[in-house]
Amino acid sequence: MGLMIHAKDLVYEYIRRDKEENVVDIATAINKVNVDVEAGQFIVILGHNGSGKSTFAKHINGILTPSEGSLWVDGKKTNDMEKLWEIRQSAGMVFQNPDNQFVANLVEEDVGFGPENLGVEPAEIWDRVEESLSAVEMLPFRKKSPNRLSGGQKQRVAIAGIMAMRPKCIILDEPTAMLDPQGRKEVMYTIQKLNKVEGMTVVLITHYMDEVVYADKVFVMDHGSVVMEGTPREIFAQVDELKKYHLDVPQVTELAYELRKEGIPMPEAVLTIEEFMNAFENLKTKF
Amino acid sequence: MIRDITIGQYYPKESEIHQLDSRVKLIGTLVYMVSIFCFHRFLGFLFVSLFLGWTIKKSGIPFSYIVKGLKPILFLLVFTIVVNIFFSDGHVLWRWGILKLTIEGIHKGIFMGIRLSLLVLGASIMTYTTTPNRLTDGLEQLLKPLSKLHVPVHEISMMMSIALRFIPILLEETDKIMKAQMARGADFETGGMLKRAKSMVPLLVPLFVSAFRRANDLAMAMEARCYRGGEGRTKMKPLKYQRKDYIAFGVLAGYIIILIIGLRYIPSFWTLINI
Amino acid sequence: MSIIIDHLSYKYKDVVEEDNYALRDINLKIEDGEFVGLIGHTGSGKSTLMQHLNGLEKATEGTIYYNGKDIYDKDYDMRRLREKVGLVFQYPEYQLFETTIFKDISFGPKNLGLPQLEVDLRSYEAMRDVGLSEELIDVSPFTLSGGQKRRVAIAGVLAMKPEVLILDEPTAGLDPEGREEILHLVKNLHEERKCTIILVSHSMEDMADYVQRLIVMHEGRVVLDGNKRDVFAHEEELRMLGLAVPQVTSLMNQLKKRGYTITNDILTIEEAKEELLRIIGKSI
Repeated sequence: MGLMIHAKDLVYEYIRRDKEENVVDIATAINKVNVDVEAGQFIVILGHNGSGKSTFAKHINGILTPSEGSLWVDGKKTNDMEKLWEIRQSAGMVFQNPDNQFVANLVEEDVGFGPENLGVEPAEIWDRVEESLSAVEMLPFRKKSPNRLSGGQKQRVAIAGIMAMRPKCIILDEPTAMLDPQGRKEVMYTIQKLNKVEGMTVVLITHYMDEVVYADKVFVMDHGSVVMEGTPREIFAQVDELKKYHLDVPQVTELAYELRKEGIPMPEAVLTIEEFMNAFENLKTKF
Repeated sequence: MIRDITIGQYYPKESEIHQLDSRVKLIGTLVYMVSIFCFHRFLGFLFVSLFLGWTIKKSGIPFSYIVKGLKPILFLLVFTIVVNIFFSDGHVLWRWGILKLTIEGIHKGIFMGIRLSLLVLGASIMTYTTTPNRLTDGLEQLLKPLSKLHVPVHEISMMMSIALRFIPILLEETDKIMKAQMARGADFETGGMLKRAKSMVPLLVPLFVSAFRRANDLAMAMEARCYRGGEGRTKMKPLKYQRKDYIAFGVLAGYIIILIIGLRYIPSFWTLINI
Repeated sequence: MSIIIDHLSYKYKDVVEEDNYALRDINLKIEDGEFVGLIGHTGSGKSTLMQHLNGLEKATEGTIYYNGKDIYDKDYDMRRLREKVGLVFQYPEYQLFETTIFKDISFGPKNLGLPQLEVDLRSYEAMRDVGLSEELIDVSPFTLSGGQKRRVAIAGVLAMKPEVLILDEPTAGLDPEGREEILHLVKNLHEERKCTIILVSHSMEDMADYVQRLIVMHEGRVVLDGNKRDVFAHEEELRMLGLAVPQVTSLMNQLKKRGYTITNDILTIEEAKEELLRIIGKSI
């Protein structure tokens, strides 16, 4: 199987219990989700808060295991407890809050934390740390305390910390939600570089639509189910549908869509300013 | 401001003291602390202070920065001095109710003040020059024999290391919450003990909630990075004694020898100038 | 009735004891009933400036006049200032602490020493204004969703009945729907409660949609200040400061460079659509 991630009819239920351990409530966070990700792909999972996207992400890393259905990561089934650490090594995870994922007080020591856990030899840890920090362009900061970095820099170090474990796939759970525009730019640049240059499989969980533009494939989740699936262009062509799921589209996409509604023959999905301009120039020839 | 608290925080620099093996520094600090309790005369402190001053100079940390580290224990310091000055028995100079000022008291108060300051300053040199991770690594190594007795040495050192990392974050958070509550009219500064204690609730509850949330996040992030306790773990920076560490041990041995000779063989020297 | 910031500077010492300016010579006048946006990247001094406005930080030079009174006067009542100038911090839900939502909202008015009836009245009103249903009165704030928690926190400031409401990135971390709701709420407060609003946000699109006046800060200084259309006309300068203009504004500026005659100040999709339809109409 060339699939990095293969989710089949995945269901996850939260069971709430009271103090006497009696079941009070069962809530379905994920409902029969089918997602396939091929090695080397850049996948985005979109959805508003509470749509189940983060819960799904936590399955890929084996933090949660499915209530029903199954999930394979790199050919390993995630509810196979014996394979748990292998799965966590092949699918690394970066979280939302940049402060709450650092263990060490020095950037390089933090990046070394993962390989240390894997029992890698010291000399090789140093190599990996250097390599990962250069990949995210944070090598000059190796001797700094994470507390002294900006939000974007912290997330890049967190990414390096995962890279140093040499995973096959990296999952980022809203890595830019707490960052300012500058930090978001840095992190998005880093993620794209990882995917294009290092060939890493990337699963990005987000609700920022402008981050979707670069993806190979997009899944939109709502109420625990995958409700839309396709290339960014296919997804952005359905502006009304996206709004139904409380998602925004980039302004140029919406503008092109509005113009289409007025009978102007703009293309179905316009993703960037550049595309819009070219499409608009082409209009001239049509009139 | 709360952010000024510098105690326990690493001060990045590449001095000789910084480069020492953390085990050397731990043992050194222990020896230093014990030595402070060996003296009962001011002259002894002079000797200790010289040693401390020399170490500070070697560490390259500005003296003012180190003194700032005393700030958080200022209250304890003043309290110790005052209690000793006013509640000691001896030759009474002045009396008011149960308070009495005695020569012995003044002597003891100043003595205790110096002892406490030296103690804290010495300990802070260790934390300023050693990253918490190195420190806990050193502690873990030194205490390793205890793990044979099923003491969770690795877990304890990991916990300490993480606690130290989160201190500045939680301090900043305290500052933020305090301001947010002050913006809602909260008053942390005036009123009696009871009122003040009560006024801490709007600060402490959010702080605890946040600390738990962070702990939860961190635990998840650590698990995601394959952390599963100390077993099978390697170290990026394994501890290994270098030449300079042996030199440092030599210096330490010298310190102990002078100390013992001073204490045992020329006691008259210490009591000679009885101040 | 206004806020006048007069030659305000704020100096602090950093770790190596060197002087640093978080604010340098700020001069601003904010009129009653204005809806002001404050932008600038992280570390530009926005948050520090806001904390000066309600006296949480004290300037090292210069002063602030609130309704004509110098807030650094010895007998100026800081508590009154904090009542009149409400400040909603970033991620305000992290300040919730009470056992019930209602109690938490009452914390502010209670601190003002108001009679119980007035405290309750204000808290009800604040709850209503942020759109929290009455059924939630006795619910613990910790059981709510992120967006709802944030509303409770905003209500807690509103219950003080501020004349000026300052919000530091009130939409941070929320999804598009949550963002929209909070911004609508702020807009209503401006229109119905007649609050002066100072809004800090990183979203230029939100700024374009909601505020009237825009202040741009950089390295502790005010570098641009004016009507949002005038400020957004400076796309190049904003870019140099690491900021941006709304995407449609940028698009229209680039179309202009390609030779289209487009009016200067397009800020919203609606405006852009009309403008483009006009151009297309002309060329048919």
